[in-house]
This record gives sequence, structure tokens and C-alpha cells, in this order.
Amino acid sequence: MQHTISVLVENEFGVLSRVASLFSGRGFNIDSLTVAPTNDEGLSRMTIVTRGDDQILEQINKQLNKLIDVLKVLDFSDGSAIEREMALIKVTAEDESRAEVLRIVDIFRAKIIDVTPKSYTIEATGNPLKIDAILDLLRPLGLKELVRTGAVAIGRGAKGWKG
Amino acid sequence: MRMNGARIMLECLKKEGVDTVFGYPGGTVINIYDELFSFKEIRHILPRHEQAGTHAADGYARATGKVGVALATSGPGATNTVTGIATAYMDSIPMVIITGQVPTPLIGNDAFQEVDIIGITRPCTKHSFLIRDVKDVASIMKKAFFIARTGRPGPVLVDFPKDIQVAQTEFVYPETVEIRSYKPNLEGHPRQVEKAFKMILESRRPVLYVGGGVVLGDAAEQLTVLARKLSVPVTTTLMGLGSFPGDDSLSLGMLGMHGSYYANMAMTHSDLIIAVGSRFDDRVTGKLATFAPHARIIHVDIDPTSIKKNVRVDLPIVGDVKDVLTKMIKQADKAKEKVTEFVASLNPWQEEITGWKMKHPLSYKNSSTIIKPQFVIQKLRELSDDDAIIATDVGQHQMWTAQFFQFNRPRTLLTSGGLGTMGYGLPAAMGAQAAFPGRQVITICGDGGVQMNIQEMATLVQNKLPVKIVILNNNFLGMVRQWQELFFDKRYSQTCMELPIDFVKLADAYGAKGFSTSKPGDVEKVIKQAFKENGPVIMEFKIAREEKVIPMVPAGASLNEMVLNA
Ligand SMILES: Cc1ncc(C[n+]2csc(CCOP(=O)(O)OP(=O)(O)O)c2C)c(N)n1
Repeated sequence: MQHTISVLVENEFGVLSRVASLFSGRGFNIDSLTVAPTNDEGLSRMTIVTRGDDQILEQINKQLNKLIDVLKVLDFSDGSAIEREMALIKVTAEDESRAEVLRIVDIFRAKIIDVTPKSYTIEATGNPLKIDAILDLLRPLGLKELVRTGAVAIGRGAKGWKG
Repeated sequence: MRMNGARIMLECLKKEGVDTVFGYPGGTVINIYDELFSFKEIRHILPRHEQAGTHAADGYARATGKVGVALATSGPGATNTVTGIATAYMDSIPMVIITGQVPTPLIGNDAFQEVDIIGITRPCTKHSFLIRDVKDVASIMKKAFFIARTGRPGPVLVDFPKDIQVAQTEFVYPETVEIRSYKPNLEGHPRQVEKAFKMILESRRPVLYVGGGVVLGDAAEQLTVLARKLSVPVTTTLMGLGSFPGDDSLSLGMLGMHGSYYANMAMTHSDLIIAVGSRFDDRVTGKLATFAPHARIIHVDIDPTSIKKNVRVDLPIVGDVKDVLTKMIKQADKAKEKVTEFVASLNPWQEEITGWKMKHPLSYKNSSTIIKPQFVIQKLRELSDDDAIIATDVGQHQMWTAQFFQFNRPRTLLTSGGLGTMGYGLPAAMGAQAAFPGRQVITICGDGGVQMNIQEMATLVQNKLPVKIVILNNNFLGMVRQWQELFFDKRYSQTCMELPIDFVKLADAYGAKGFSTSKPGDVEKVIKQAFKENGPVIMEFKIAREEKVIPMVPAGASLNEMVLNA
């Protein structure tokens, strides 16, 4: 099962490699990983999308917590979070396919951010499943290049998670 | 007071109560050594190899319970410490390793003797620091010691660039340490403890399965009190030996691959396993699918990641084992009548265990013509002091020691359990002897492993560390040979040490004493003579070459599928 885990870490030297090497050293999967500073200067927040059965996820959570630089770990597996991802997508767009691309962009409320006579570059934002869906539609038209940010997640409701 | 980074480092060590450092000089630590030259409060011991220095710091830590300290230069000095660090990490030994590093402007340039030691040791350290500002030396050292000794202990590496050693600042040692992201949980949850106690009283076939956590957590006394109050039999892992008196009638000795028949049978037939500071290692459980099939499991450990890692657990208790055991003792004292009833209800279980003990005691066939290794171990026990410290190497001799030495006190067995590092015994003994100059320190080695750090003979002699070195010489890499005999049709591929070493001459070359014998009748005499010597001694016993460690649970088999006959 896929899980999205948020990890609040001290902005210390080498913290990213500690987290990454924990996953590789123990044979845990990483589907995506994002990291950036938070509102608190000393902290960064990572969002890791991983997979595994309950026992593996329990270990991932515990092992992350065991790292000295990790302040908090939150497992968003139960749908308690809103997830967003951004993709930059360069597609072939010539003649009759230009209109088709525009239609798809419109339906998904994406944006064209660069245009050439032969291509469109699209910025799409949404739940990772939505990104998968737009890609499924664009792929037959000729996908030249794809960059995804990986998911970021935030809990639903009024309660904020400091940092 | 203003001082340079190197001096600050030494002042920090002093503040942490460090009296001995095992270190080796080189280009990027020369400034530290220059400060050390006039710094008399710290004793520096110069091993002949950085690996040995790290093992010595580890042995010092295991024997004393304090943080061991090792120091090495950058590059090759640092990489030489890696085996020592990994050894300590696997057995949760508190250590601080200080490595020199090239000056900060050169880091990343493939400078002379530069290596990314933090990267190399990341998977085998509890934590590590690169000092990037002389103002941080004191706070980093404070944190390093705090992290090394608290929670589940472990080695912490501090990488110390040369330019920072020279830079000056005011020395202020922080009074307290606060790491908001590191709060080891020390107290077992009282309700969990209550539940555990209830489960114990409901059980009729309980076993205490005890690991190194009880030794590291200085909880041997509490464990012993609890086990005796409740009359619950105790089996320990290799790392747990000494946490419960081996000569107590409740003791089942060691369990697992080379554990006793009765310990493994007790685990297999138990209805409640109380795991304390142990981690269900594969050498202990055998085949997981058939491990303790009838038992509910209570698991007490300071490290949450140990719990439910390998086996299902019915009741987890995260916390310091000493705290949890103390709480359990209180429970027992509050429920005296119930405890009396419980103890009486265990009679059939005790009888069953006694039956197993009689059926297959730990034993061996002695001989009057050839020295049996087990006989040497028994003689050593008989002739050594009560509080003697035994450091083993890795192999058959290690298992014979575990089986036949009968450890009665914690911190008297120093052995590489998790990593199984050959070459550990001699330097670890050296570290223990440095900590306890007045106690008997004995290392028991094979002829293979002893040669992996034999150069430390020089350190022993130079520093007047009178370690007694026992070599059980079978002229084989015995443990591997045993596997080849049992599972590879006696194809002894590269396990015969073709060249016999004259260990007496070798001792002599280092200025130590050496004795050697192949006669069972001389064993006692040699040991007595050696123990009388004031300096380090090698005792070589030429033993039955193809003696096997028995019982044995073959890798991947169930605990009750033991090979019992040689
Ligand atoms: C550094 C290292 N290399 C290899 C091994 C694999 N190994 C385990 S036991 C053993 C044989 C040890 O032989 P010896 O030191 O003579 O002791 P004995 O088993 O004969 O008592 C070997 C090679 C190891 N544990 N550590």
C-alpha cells in the first residue's frame, strides 16, 4: 500500500542523506521525496511517498523517528491529508493535435507556460492521481519531456503542524 | 579562556570525565597531539593500528559502562576505524570517535588523505558531526557524548577539520544539552507494566529471554531480583551473558544457534516469553515460522525499532529496562499472595525443564591425551578471579567460552555479538585492562583471529597492560571448518592455517612471556604460571583440531531441531 509520510527535520548538515540512506540501507522503497525549508528557519519538511505492508510502514516510521535530526513523523496514510503535485510537461503539438492539447489543458485546469510551433509546455497541478490522468491523455499525442515534483501533503482541518 | 579548537576538544574530554583515549597520530590531528603533549589529565594509549584502538575504546566502554574514546587521523586513519565502529554499533556500545579532517576549504577537493568518513560510517554510527566552526566544538562534543550514552547507546563520530583545530575562541562548556529532536524515552508506561505483570501471573510456562540491553542498562541486579521472586527461568543471548548468574538453578544458559538444549526447548514450549533488552536476532530465533509457537510475547526495549521488527509482539513496553524491571518488582511486592500461588503453579514447568537439563546437559567428551577446548575454558573459570574480565575473539572458542565459562556478573564478558568481528578480542581486552589495571583480564582467541590484531602485543608490553592471552590453537579457521564439515562434505576450502606459528617465540619477540602445551595434564600448570606473571602472557593450547561446537541449530532450522552429537 502507498503511504505519504511527512517528516519534519532539523536543517542540519547531511540530514537528507541520512534519510535517503536509511531507506536504501533497509530496503524501503521511495516513490517520491520532496524537501524544502519551512516557516521555521531551522526546520525542513520532507514529504516521502513510500510503499509496504503494515509491518514495513511501522518500521519506516520508527526508524525515521530514531534519526537524531528528525523532529516529527506523520503518516498520512488514512486519507487525512490533501496532496498536491506539480508536473511540467512538454508535448508535441502540431497541426490538428494543437487543439486537442488545448482542450485537455482546459479540462484539467492546467496552464500553457511555453509555446513553439511544434510543442506546448504545460504546467499541471493537482492530486498525483490527476497528474497521472492528464499524462494518460497526453501520452498518445507525443510526450517529449516530463518533470514531476513528487507529492507534498498537508493535513485536513484547522489544526496546523508547526514548522 | 581563549584557546584553539584542539585544546578545546581536550578540555571537553576532561569535562566529560574521560581519563583514557586510544589514538593514533597523523597529519590532520597533529595539532591535537601537540596540545596533548602538555595535557596531563588524559592518558593516551597508542595502539599499533587504528582498528585496534577503536576496539580498545569499545572494550573500555563495555567493561566500565562509560563512553569509550578513540582518535584517528583523516583518510586511512579514519577508514581503519570503520570495523571498530561497526562492531560497537551492532552491539550498542557508547563511543565517541574523533577523526581529523582536511582543512574546511579543501573538503570535497580530493585533498591528500581526505575521505568522506561521515558518509562511509553513516550506516554504522548512531550519529555524526562535522565541526565547521571553532565556536561549535564544545557544544558538538557535549551533544556527541550525550547521544552516545543515552537511549540505546551507540558510537558517535566527530569529524574535526584541521583549520578548526587551529582557530581560536573562548572556551565555554555548556552546562546542559538540549536537542529538541532527540528525546529518548526512558520510562516504561506504568499501565503496560501492569498488563505485563498480569500476563506473567496468567502464564504457566514463562521464560525470561534476556539480551545485552540488560547489561548495557545496568539492570542485572533488578533482573536477578525479579526472576528469583517469580521463579521464572532465565535464558540469555550471547550479549546478555553475565546479566543473570550462570550458576543459579533458574539459569538456562545461552539460547539460539549454539545455545543449550534446555534453553531452546524451553523457548519452544513456553507460553509466555518476556524479552528484556533483546532483539530476536536470527541467531537466536532460528526459523521464524516455528519460533516459540505457543508463546505470547512481552517485549521490553529502549529502542522502539527493535520491537516487532522480526517477531509479532503481544505487549510492547518501550523504556529503559532498569526502570521497567524496577516497576515489575514493585508489582510483585504488592501482590505477595498471588506471587506465591504463581510460583507454586510453575512446578510442573520447572520439572519439565529439569528433565531437559538432565537429558542433554552441556557436555563434551574429555580426553587424557589431547586437550579439549571446553576443558581449558572450565579450567580458566576455576582458576581465574571471580571478577575476571573475559574478552573473546570470534569463532568456535567464543561459543565454547559462552557455553562453559558460566558468567556470573555483568560486564565480565566482552564479545562481538552483532558483527562477529575477528580480531576484536585482544584489543578489547587491552581497553578493559586500561580501565581496570588491577583486575584480571583474559582474552580467549582462536589462532586465526588472534593474528588479526596481534600487533597489539606491543601496546600491551609498552603500557604494562598485563592481559592474559589464551589461544585455542586448532590450526584451522575452526568455525568455518565446522560448517564445511557439516554442510560442505568436509571440503576444507582455505580454512587450514598451513603455517604453524611459534607463539612462544612471538611473545618473546614483543618482550612478553609465552607458554605452550599440547598435554591435558599441563593445562592447569600453564594457566597458574601465566596468572602469576605480572606482564602480558600468551598461553597457547594445542587443542583437538576437529572438535565441534555442539549443540548446533543449523542455519534456517527450528530451535528444536538441534544437532546434539559431535
Ligand atoms: C573479520 C572477519 N573475517 C571473517 C570472519 C568469518 N569467520 C567467522 S569464525 C571464523 C574462523 C575463526 O577461526 P579462529 O580465529 O581460528 O577461531 P576458531 O573458530 O578456530 O576457534 C571466520 C573466518 C569473521 N567473523 N570476521
